[in-house]
Amino acid sequence: MIWESLRELITPTTAAYALAAIGLNVHFGLTGLLNFGQAGFVAVGAYGFAVSVMTFGLSAPLAIVVALLLAVVYALLLGVPTLRLRADYLAIVTIASAEIIRFALNSSAFATWTGGANGLYNEYSDWLKGSNPLPSGLLSLGPWTFTANDLWIAVVDWVVVLLVAGGIRLLVRSPWGRVLKGIREDEHAMLSLGKNVNLYKLQALVLGGVIGAAAGILYVQPTSVQPFDFATRMTFNMYTMLILGGAATVFGPILGSMIFWVVMSVTDQLVSLGVDAGLLHDVTQGSQLRFVLVGVALVLLVVFRPQGILGNRTELSFDAK
Amino acid sequence: MPSDSILVADHVHRHYAGVTAVDVERVAIPRGKITALIGPNGAGKTTFFNLLTGFDKPQTGTWTFDGVRLDGRAPWQVARHGMVRTFQLTKVLGRLTVLENMLLGAKNRPGERLLTFWRGQDRSDLSRAREILARFKLDAKADDYAASLSGGQRKLLEMARAIMYEPRMVMLDEPMAGVNPALTQSLLHHIKDLKEQGMTVLFVEHDMHMVRYVADRVVVMAEGKIIAEGEPAEVLSSAAVVDAYLGAHHDTDLRELIRESES
Repeated sequence: MIWESLRELITPTTAAYALAAIGLNVHFGLTGLLNFGQAGFVAVGAYGFAVSVMTFGLSAPLAIVVALLLAVVYALLLGVPTLRLRADYLAIVTIASAEIIRFALNSSAFATWTGGANGLYNEYSDWLKGSNPLPSGLLSLGPWTFTANDLWIAVVDWVVVLLVAGGIRLLVRSPWGRVLKGIREDEHAMLSLGKNVNLYKLQALVLGGVIGAAAGILYVQPTSVQPFDFATRMTFNMYTMLILGGAATVFGPILGSMIFWVVMSVTDQLVSLGVDAGLLHDVTQGSQLRFVLVGVALVLLVVFRPQGILGNRTELSFDAK
Repeated sequence: MPSDSILVADHVHRHYAGVTAVDVERVAIPRGKITALIGPNGAGKTTFFNLLTGFDKPQTGTWTFDGVRLDGRAPWQVARHGMVRTFQLTKVLGRLTVLENMLLGAKNRPGERLLTFWRGQDRSDLSRAREILARFKLDAKADDYAASLSGGQRKLLEMARAIMYEPRMVMLDEPMAGVNPALTQSLLHHIKDLKEQGMTVLFVEHDMHMVRYVADRVVVMAEGKIIAEGEPAEVLSSAAVVDAYLGAHHDTDLRELIRESES
């Protein structure tokens, strides 16, 4: 049973969430931008890719470019009017626009392209499955067995995650990353030192958003596209991962995503056991309970270990002053 | 009016909801000199600083810095023209180290641009930052988080960081506030040092002994207006200026002086 849960360490969903959380970390951990609508960027990436392939018949590489460009446009739309304002406004605008996107995707008005509430059945990941060099059939990796497709998608996803994390590591340590940290600490100080703060914030918003959209593309490869997946809950799950692993660290989001999904799987199985033993009424109710526990865990984390697992305690202790 | 002015401001007027904060007809800051801006609390000194550096926008007013119009510019553009300020309430970057604070003061780093982020990992700046930190007796703290510094040390760091920018003019908003006497001495020394390096200094200060000791020129503000300016000895001996600090005791004299300066 525990091996089954530990499988979550390497699933494509874990990888996709880790990537989106890395993007969110560029916003929140590095620059101090309160983006409460990362799910919106993920949705833009997922739908931008799937619709490009299925409705417009674009090739996969071209569809990826289109999806990422849409994320750039979306970030500019959000950022240009709001980044001049106080930080809270970005939070309001991002959460609202992510919901607008989800409802628009869910609505029957655009169903010709998006499939409306039914989403899009997966007819867009042939490029990935077709490039699979692994032998077909069931493959075993340690204690786990995968289908060739699942394993290939997981491998591709994790390569992308590690490449992006490596790139972010270079950026964080560059003078550019230092300016972003400076903006996180005090915008006025950075203005007085000749830094074009709004430009940097816009760059950070675009970069983190594009990473979120890339995560959206990964997220839908093994499954279909469902508008419900991109609810606000997705963003807050990412915040949980971020704070769990350590905001403002490079590998914190990855560790956070891994722990998050393993814990979700373990509790899922505990709920099943509880139902079998007659302690819980039904599985649906039990599953809801898990998300209540996520909320409780987030609160406990923020109170008792705000720096996360990989974070630096001294760095945060100053905030208490 | 000094003949060689680096900063000349005209008709700068700022009011908030009907209350006049700054109403300066004309002021000129001499190049390469130390000018003190003094006046009672609420006189509009910090607001005037904010206006000149683009952090606040006036209703009317124009000013040129070294011949370039700077009114209407964003704060970062003002800094890029060589006019760098500090803040009354220090703004150190707490969760960055003292050295990182200094490196952020360096200007024109190619590595600070996203598309060339891998360039210019500060080798030349690094030695200059350490050298300035040593001058300000902060070198032992270089690798500590700036948030761990005391109030006085933060003042020093903010000033050191402004110098790191190599500005043509430094504007210091109460550089001595909250700094202990021993540090004050070295701060005064640093301010004089800036002049020797060819920078123009404009600073707000309440301690008249220090103003007398360090300033070449004094500008007095009260109720948003400039009520006196000139040599420290001459201005500081003026009864009205003394009264401005004492408050309402000789209120009438002050009002008279304001009227005089208007006419």
